[in-house]
Amino acid sequence: MSDADASGDSGDDGSGAFGAAIERGEDVPLLTGSGEYTDDISRRGTTHLAIRRSDHAHARIENVDTGDAEAMDGVLAVYTGEDVVESGVPNTIPTAWDLPGLVQPQYRMLATDKVRHEGTAVAAVVAETPHVAHDALERIDVEYEPLEHVTDPVEAVERDVSPVHDEAEDNVAFDFELGDADATDEAFADADRVASVDLRQPRIIPNAMEPRAALADWDETTEKLRLWMTSQNPHLHRMLLSAGTLGLPENKIQVIAPEVGGGFGSKIYHYPDEAVTAWCSMQLGRPVKWQATRSESYLTDCHGRDHVTTGEIALDEDGTIRGVRVETHAGLGAQLSQFGTATPSYLYATVLSGQYTIPAIHCRVVGAFTNTTPVDAYRGAGRAEGIYVIERLVDVGARELGMDSVELRRHNLVAPDEFPYESAAALVYDSGEYERAMDLALEHVDYDELRERQRELRDEDRYIGIGVGNFIESAGLSPSGLAGDLGAQAGGWESSIVRFDSTGSVTVLAGTADQGQGHRTTYAQIAAEELGLSVDDIDVVEGDTDRIPQGMGTYGSRSASVGGGSIARGAREVREKARRIAAHQLETSVDDIEFEDGEFHVAGAPDRSLHIQAIAHEAYLGHDLPEGMDPGLEETNFYDPENFTYPFGTHVAVVEVDPETGEIEIERYVAVDDCGEIINPMIVEGQVHGGIAQGIGAALYEGAAYDDDGHLQTRRMDEYAVPHATQLPDFETDNTVTPSPHNPIGVKGVGESATIAATPTIVSAVVDALEPFDVDHLDMPITPESVWRAAETGGDR
Amino acid sequence: MYMDDFEYYRADSVENALELLADHDGAELIAGAHGLLPRMKTGDESPSALVDIGQLSGLDAIEARDGERDGDPGGISIGALATHTEIAESETVREHATALADAAAELGDPQVRNGGTIGGNLAHGDARSDPPAPLLALDGSLEVRSPDGERTIAATDLFEGPFETAVADDEIVTAVRVPTDADAVSGYHKRRDPLSGYAMVGVGVWLRTDGETIEAARVAVTGATTNPARLPAAEDELEGSAVSEETITEASAQAGTTLSDEAFVSDVQASAEYREHLLSIDTERTLYEVLEVDR
Repeated sequence: MSDADASGDSGDDGSGAFGAAIERGEDVPLLTGSGEYTDDISRRGTTHLAIRRSDHAHARIENVDTGDAEAMDGVLAVYTGEDVVESGVPNTIPTAWDLPGLVQPQYRMLATDKVRHEGTAVAAVVAETPHVAHDALERIDVEYEPLEHVTDPVEAVERDVSPVHDEAEDNVAFDFELGDADATDEAFADADRVASVDLRQPRIIPNAMEPRAALADWDETTEKLRLWMTSQNPHLHRMLLSAGTLGLPENKIQVIAPEVGGGFGSKIYHYPDEAVTAWCSMQLGRPVKWQATRSESYLTDCHGRDHVTTGEIALDEDGTIRGVRVETHAGLGAQLSQFGTATPSYLYATVLSGQYTIPAIHCRVVGAFTNTTPVDAYRGAGRAEGIYVIERLVDVGARELGMDSVELRRHNLVAPDEFPYESAAALVYDSGEYERAMDLALEHVDYDELRERQRELRDEDRYIGIGVGNFIESAGLSPSGLAGDLGAQAGGWESSIVRFDSTGSVTVLAGTADQGQGHRTTYAQIAAEELGLSVDDIDVVEGDTDRIPQGMGTYGSRSASVGGGSIARGAREVREKARRIAAHQLETSVDDIEFEDGEFHVAGAPDRSLHIQAIAHEAYLGHDLPEGMDPGLEETNFYDPENFTYPFGTHVAVVEVDPETGEIEIERYVAVDDCGEIINPMIVEGQVHGGIAQGIGAALYEGAAYDDDGHLQTRRMDEYAVPHATQLPDFETDNTVTPSPHNPIGVKGVGESATIAATPTIVSAVVDALEPFDVDHLDMPITPESVWRAAETGGDR
Repeated sequence: MYMDDFEYYRADSVENALELLADHDGAELIAGAHGLLPRMKTGDESPSALVDIGQLSGLDAIEARDGERDGDPGGISIGALATHTEIAESETVREHATALADAAAELGDPQVRNGGTIGGNLAHGDARSDPPAPLLALDGSLEVRSPDGERTIAATDLFEGPFETAVADDEIVTAVRVPTDADAVSGYHKRRDPLSGYAMVGVGVWLRTDGETIEAARVAVTGATTNPARLPAAEDELEGSAVSEETITEASAQAGTTLSDEAFVSDVQASAEYREHLLSIDTERTLYEVLEVDR
């Protein structure tokens, strides 16, 4: 069966499960509290780990005295970085994406020589209770020799500062280029006008509902490690624990991700803490549990963004975009997290064409070490930062030309007949109808009338702004070959098993890992559709490397397209095997067998039929199978897509700002998303809601800051503003459907779309409202104070 | 981090609570515990013992007392254990001390309002909280008891610094008193900090007018400043002036002038300069609301 056959178009009729707004099966256990998270799990004799962290941004470790802590009642052991080194484990947190010229400094589980950011793990206490372990932390005496620190990515490379790593004296980890510099220079020289913007995209703290946690149980008799942990990708963690930190063979590590409460990227990575938890269990021969506090999450979960950028756009008078030039300093933090290199390079520069036909693009990214928490992918990762830049450039370009920003966008959209579209930023877009989605969004707000109202209100000294955000996303994080060419140290495929049991129920084992996305519902819908069953017949299993043989995990909006694609392909193979059994037992040829509602019947003779669940029974009986056919009815599928998928859409925000106080009121928020075929509209809507909330959060509220001492200034929830429900408007959502032509079920993914779209949309709206005050850009988070200052001074203050 | 260890006692009477306080050095009172517990969780406070008075009966009455007699100053008496919800919903407070009812209705979220008490709130001395501004504007006071007897602390003497009040370690707040005046109006306006929900700027206003002239005025701020404070420059501008747009404009412009630059809070969300600017604007808004003058 060809992958190009979209669901339900294979000549057979599915069950209608695909596309239905089915309620999430996972909600009842989660809402009633029966769901089991890592911290809910206990093993006999469980001990508790607490980690002593550096309160210096940058310092040499002179001495670590653990004596007082070790002497405390209930303390079992206190370990330092030297103890880990002496144990002989590989002790290396690896990067997973290489770039040309990349400097890869040593990254150990516990620091030995220096601490490079506040929160660096220095020592570990294992005790009989978590309270004793935490109390013992204060009894560890660490002597530091403080060093000069730097937290800003531009200062890190441009000022003469003490390097974060000796291997990178100028603090440059990589200097990355994408696109054609000469062609771009030429385009800028030939163009009628050039507009530019200097912008910052501040650090975001991910704030998953459940802080990270791990429970390790080393069995000395079998030399096998069981590790329950908050993971978006258990198999990837198994591989990194094996090859990077612990050196155990992969088949001696079982990683289990039970219920996981959110991730937004932060639970992709292999951090020192979970490795230390496992290592402590191996040292002590007892189960060890570590549960991060919220404060630890703020200091240690990888942050997102941290870009300082100059962007330029070259335009002709008629609005034609001729070229885009971007230079970015990206803060990587003190260490390279696994995808900390890929996120600000390939995931960022490649989307700078946005929805537009731009003949020449050049982007340079300097990746800088700073004395801060490592930065890696956060919802929208790279694509969010890139789309923000191009959308800001289109807005400032429109201002430069005196053109309506929607008209400038429309003039440059990639047209439907141009797909597959090869952009000047090295991507091939699969499909899109950009103008249709944009017009639908504009129709929802009645754009022309809004502009009229805006003019009238300005006469009354009231200032509304209309923000438009067009986006694409390269979703799915695949295919493996391309990823490998670009430096990835892992594949982009996904794997699953579709298994009929002998009594006709179905188990789907998937290599992705849910943290709230609703895979148990949507995957069941995909399998039910292909097998002609009800979703109630399907059980979905994720998050256990001993039950699910292989997988890559959940990130980059890939589960529906790559994971779901794999399940659909596996289910089709299962169906075809069942068809051959049906043909054999109904004594006809395979070509004469039709499939409808789970029933195989002979063409033209609907009475001669066998249900697929009855065939499952026959397959396991094995009494009467076609000659040469092996018994059983299950398939293992590996799916490596031929391209990314490209979700797209247009969001529109209407805001009113009060220049006297700077307050911003979001009047309306309209989101039109095209994520290809929709498996479950309710879940898509939920993803869009959450995505908008986080996108608005970045635009108006969030933004981590470091103080002059290199300490995280926004270290608690009352210092870092995750938006409350009451601070968000009603969301008006709508969809267009443009199937992905190469995905087996036509889906594109929707996990990150709204986060990518909402941020530029809101910024565009606020800046539009301030047009009469000559403000053409404001950096995030746009607080009321920044609006007030901008209105007072035209953005110059 | 985890909270430090502490002992917990539940008092069965005010006298018992006073004994427990006296017997345990470093003990703190709790009722709703919405102010203290979060600070214990972050390690900002570490009491050796908690004496819980939340279950005591008879300390939550809200009543209007007739004039001065038997040494009672009259006005409104609000039991220290009255919750913010009870105050927000009290017709007595709404009628005679509107600013306090406004503040109670705006404070925190429903859980905090249902559990938190006025006595605990004021004794806690959180300069970001709402009730201090109306208490100052209404010229209220606290009645407190200690083993040595009873005394009254005027609002103007209460706030000594961040989380520092004139309520001594061995004292219990028993009631909040607010004088009443049939010719006076009051109100409170809150600008909510988007992070914490506390007041970024909160302005309380009390005015006695004959409808045309402002005879007496008190204006106070919370949230914007490191310590809740009266705003005498604005008060001087208002007193003796006509009820008019011009008066409101002039008084609002004066709102922050008697405060030093250092008096204003500066944090990630809002600088001191911006808070000072908002103080004028919010004073203006409160005055317009209280005086019911059309703009």
